[in-house]
Amino acid sequence: MSEVIVVTSGKGGVGKTTTSANVGTGLAKLDKKVVLIDTDIGLRNLDVVMGLENRIVYNLVDVVEGNCRIKQALIKDKRYPNLYLLPSAQTRDKTAVTPEQMKKLTDELREEFDYILLDCPAGIEQSFKNAIAGADRALIVTTPEVSAIRDADRIIGLLEAGEMKRTDLIVNRVRMDMVKRGDMMSIEDVVDILAINIIGAVPDDENIVISTNQGEPLVGSDTLAGQAYMNICRRILGEDIPMLDLSGKSSLWSKLMSIFKKN
Amino acid sequence: MSVFDLFKKKTSSDVAKDRLKLLLVSDRANCTPELMEMIKNDIIKVISKYMEIDAEGLDIQITQTESDGNNGTVPALYANIPIRDLKHKE
Repeated sequence: MSEVIVVTSGKGGVGKTTTSANVGTGLAKLDKKVVLIDTDIGLRNLDVVMGLENRIVYNLVDVVEGNCRIKQALIKDKRYPNLYLLPSAQTRDKTAVTPEQMKKLTDELREEFDYILLDCPAGIEQSFKNAIAGADRALIVTTPEVSAIRDADRIIGLLEAGEMKRTDLIVNRVRMDMVKRGDMMSIEDVVDILAINIIGAVPDDENIVISTNQGEPLVGSDTLAGQAYMNICRRILGEDIPMLDLSGKSSLWSKLMSIFKKN
Repeated sequence: MSVFDLFKKKTSSDVAKDRLKLLLVSDRANCTPELMEMIKNDIIKVISKYMEIDAEGLDIQITQTESDGNNGTVPALYANIPIRDLKHKE
């Protein structure tokens, strides 16, 4: 059974596109057939993060308007044959697609793919409504900052009103050193305030910048952020994975201690 | 709040948490600042009938409180009204 997942946040710059790219790539790594759709019409981003910017011929608006077939617009990933990208249009504006058209498109893609991931634009306007129209579940990305959390709460309210079946939270850019000093809200604080299920937390890792520079998502790599994203993917598949220690100083001693604490 | 909390320095993350909790309740209640101002003015009018209050120092907020029933936390209107004189000057 295929699932349509929307990645959203309300506030811009919290890591929606990075999350979409890594979760999509991670699910493909776990042998699922995945398509990533960039729904931010006018501000195309997901293609560069995926490193596929030079292969675009057709885009989302072309598909919706019937200028090409879906298959023609889908770009196959460089590394994973079961991962595809449907890029957004760069020269059109938000009104080019309607929620009904988006729903029709995602329903058609369901026949072909296990997971359809929609990278939502910032804001709560037309493109947001388009992106959530056909989605079964939502991943809400936030950072431990007041502005991002406030916007996330607003989005949660809108998704509830739109009867989204399931919403999960991803806390991005966590800096454990700051949390320990008391200068950043902890993951628990954020979950407490927003009162929704958490599906993963990602550390503020400079490897993210490096991977974006190279156009290669770091999911599954031997970095803290890479592991965190992989865990999120496994949880999406329904596996029960314990939360990762984001402080990155997991010595043998602390591992032993955590075993004793559990019992 | 325990006695010890009084001596503990509030970290910036505590401040952020407290601010957000208040903010989100009023966001969710969809209370506009204008509406809050109207409530505030009416409260001043009513209380002033019976005692002299400091209208400048009056502070009203929508917060959360534990409900007496089993509903968990519920929104509450919190009003801090400094009294100048308990006896109303006639």
